[in-house]
Amino acid sequence: MESLKAEGVTNVFGIPGGANLPMYDAVVDADFRHVQTRHEQGAGHAAEGYAKASGKVGVAFATSGPGATNLITAIADAMLDSVPTVFITGQVKSHLIGTDGFQEADILGATLPFVKHSFQVTDARQIPEYVHEAFHVASTGRPGPVLLDVPSDLFSTDIEYTPRTEPVELPGYKPSTEGNIKQIRIAAKALANARRPIFYTGGGVISGNASEELRELVASDQFPVTSTLMGLGAFPASSDRFLGMLGMHGTYTANLAMDRADLIVAIGARFDDRITGKLDEFAPHAKIIHVDIDPAEISKNVGAHIPIVGDVKQVLPKLTREYRALQTDSGRLEAWWTQLRGWLHDHPLYYDASTDGSIKPQSVVQTLHKVTNGEAIVTSDVGQHQMWAAQYYGFDQPRKWINSGGLGTMGFGLPAAIGAKVACPDQLVTCISGDGSLIMNIQELATSVTENVPVKIFLMNNGYMGMVRQWQQLFWDRRYSAVEMGGSPDWVKLAEGFGATGLRVDDPADLESTMRAAIEADGPALVDVRVTQEENVYPMIAPGTAAREMTEAPGLVR
Amino acid sequence: MEAGTPDLVKLEDLRVPGQLSGRKHVLSIQVENKPGVLARVAGLFSRRGFNIDTLAVGPTDDPSISRITLTLDGAVHPIDQVTKQLHKLVNVLKIRDMEPEETVAREMALFKVSAAVENRAEIIQFAEIFRAKIVDVARRTITIEITGSADKIEAFERMVRPHGLVEMVRTGEIAIARGHE
Ligand SMILES: Cc1cc2nc3c(=O)[nH]c(=O)nc-3n(C[C@H](O)[C@H](O)[C@H](O)COP(=O)(O)OP(=O)(O)OC[C@H]3O[C@@H](n4cnc5c(N)ncnc54)[C@H](O)[C@@H]3O)c2cc1C
Ligand SMILES: Cc1ncc(C[n+]2csc(CCOP(=O)(O)OP(=O)(O)O)c2C)c(N)n1
Ligand SMILES: [Mg+2]
Repeated sequence: MESLKAEGVTNVFGIPGGANLPMYDAVVDADFRHVQTRHEQGAGHAAEGYAKASGKVGVAFATSGPGATNLITAIADAMLDSVPTVFITGQVKSHLIGTDGFQEADILGATLPFVKHSFQVTDARQIPEYVHEAFHVASTGRPGPVLLDVPSDLFSTDIEYTPRTEPVELPGYKPSTEGNIKQIRIAAKALANARRPIFYTGGGVISGNASEELRELVASDQFPVTSTLMGLGAFPASSDRFLGMLGMHGTYTANLAMDRADLIVAIGARFDDRITGKLDEFAPHAKIIHVDIDPAEISKNVGAHIPIVGDVKQVLPKLTREYRALQTDSGRLEAWWTQLRGWLHDHPLYYDASTDGSIKPQSVVQTLHKVTNGEAIVTSDVGQHQMWAAQYYGFDQPRKWINSGGLGTMGFGLPAAIGAKVACPDQLVTCISGDGSLIMNIQELATSVTENVPVKIFLMNNGYMGMVRQWQQLFWDRRYSAVEMGGSPDWVKLAEGFGATGLRVDDPADLESTMRAAIEADGPALVDVRVTQEENVYPMIAPGTAAREMTEAPGLVR
Repeated sequence: MEAGTPDLVKLEDLRVPGQLSGRKHVLSIQVENKPGVLARVAGLFSRRGFNIDTLAVGPTDDPSISRITLTLDGAVHPIDQVTKQLHKLVNVLKIRDMEPEETVAREMALFKVSAAVENRAEIIQFAEIFRAKIVDVARRTITIEITGSADKIEAFERMVRPHGLVEMVRTGEIAIARGHE
């Protein structure tokens, strides 16, 4: 407890049980706030939401066995999205380990493939040291989840705690952060020579708190910018340099620009397959500058011509300085911009107006932007609604958009919103969800109510697990299999049952007022928005094809 | 400034270094001597689809450090990516991709060969040529201990196999740099 305090922990999420009873006894007198979630997965995602909104380390507690295994999805999620988190699990008493004791699960073994690091405590005196090392590893370099597994007898052993004075030193862990200046110079010179450059920025700019530095660099010349799903908000969507998101459901312009570029500057982005599509046809004309703090990301999927290993926060200002020193004539980029502007004009994000009087899901996001002035924190679940939120909200600031990209975990949105609201109590926190996803962790609505963490949920209720339905429609001959939601539950009653405000809207004319009512309501609110049922997300790059073969909304006339 | 002036970097001159070396690599990895470290290393290999050809683990002159020596095929695996992934394990302290010319690599093997009276002499002769040692003799088999490079052990295997190889046990290669280093 003392070590957690020394790490500046002010909030934790979790559920007690036999093996972590001693720790929960200490929670009674602790200086931090403990939020009691209703499921350990909820605690894990809440810790992630907390970390993503605040940039601080998110912490979750669980007991041994089922408590610990319930955390697994959140741990894997935090690994794939590089979220700084520390998970502290109780374990059976030391002498019972390995005996299939009551509620014993080898959580350390089970999570080995997707933790940044983990510790098994074998002596109570290790606890303070391991706690400090866990926070250090979780929050530095490429952030990620760290698990600390503590047998219950060791939780309750009294130990001497001497506050730590020196910084943590781990012999096998030394992230490089500065970036090689020679490489940065070469990058600046290559950039000065590029005629069709594009900045491809990702989640690393957000986790590295380098949004300002990115904006400065881009301001050095007429550089176009695109972002991954995870990087949205690092660069303002409202800027005329911004081409929109790239990738499977990215904009035509962003994807075509990658396809035609002569130089791609990848910054804190990891060339995920949702971006590259068919690898051997990815960006066929481009040379690549890749800035990443994790050396293993360089040339993992796509070969880098100019690798720069370092922290974006340190590298970008150096690159800006070196580039500006070259005093390049931006006239060379004019032809490129003529092309880009043409694409932007002819290939905007587009959806057909409603023909059956139903609410268009895209318009829900646009209305949310309107009623929140584009300033809310928006968390999302996984599916079509997630893509529409990413496409249409237009994030101008970092740490406002919180979603599960790498693992794509349905059920992430609500607990993540709770975590974000705990981190930023003064901000409006909204959750855009789907009817398939929301039910997966709906128990956390009780947390929102009882712990007084009011979040506003906008459920895009299309009656389907829409993203899967879309694939079945497009690639499996419209043979729908296990994607219908069958009209259950009654979301308004469900919300009310939990003690939250429940509202329903199915007429586009009432959408805005209902959304406002939910935001203005006291406490948590859930709006069941009945949206067009068989709407598809466009543009779309079909799996295994190249970006230039992307499909746009059928109704878009050029 | 004109684009393309000599002090600017010409995009067409930029190259990505090759990923596959095409040869066998011996990685000498120093790890913290802590429980579960081998599981982390082995897990990483299986998870990333890297195939380990041989693996040997043992103590070093420093009791807090163990050494894992493993060999893998650089024709199938990008060694650079393998070492970078290994470096991400917090318990991994140092990795050396041993240069073949500057390395002494050795492996030990035990061969149990069926040895009838007629071919016994011939097998013993092979063992002598290969500077191997006979470590056990039974009524129908001879057990031979041999140390050397993996190539030498494979050559020996080819010699004795026609006589009937009952069992073979190999340690996997260990390696040390030549000279002062
Ligand atoms: C249904 C669905 C659809 C999707 N469709 C799309 C899509 O159309 N487009 C899209 O973009 N994504 C899409 N995704 C998300 C996709 O799966 C990946 O999660 C995403 O593309 C990865 O984003 P990223 O490259 O920014 O990497 P992240 O996972 O955010 O990784 C960050 C990178 O930055 C590095 N980094 C971290 N901190 C620093 C630092 N301080 N300095 C330097 N580097 C740092 C890390 O090492 C890492 O390489 C979709 C996901 C789902 C679930
Ligand atoms: C835990 C989990 N299970 C299954 C999936 C596969 N999956 C991806 S999107 C999706 C449908 C999501 O449905 P819904 O939440 O209603 O969102 P919609 O696409 O309809 O907007 C499913 C089942 C997943 N991503 N996560
Ligand atoms: Mg749905």
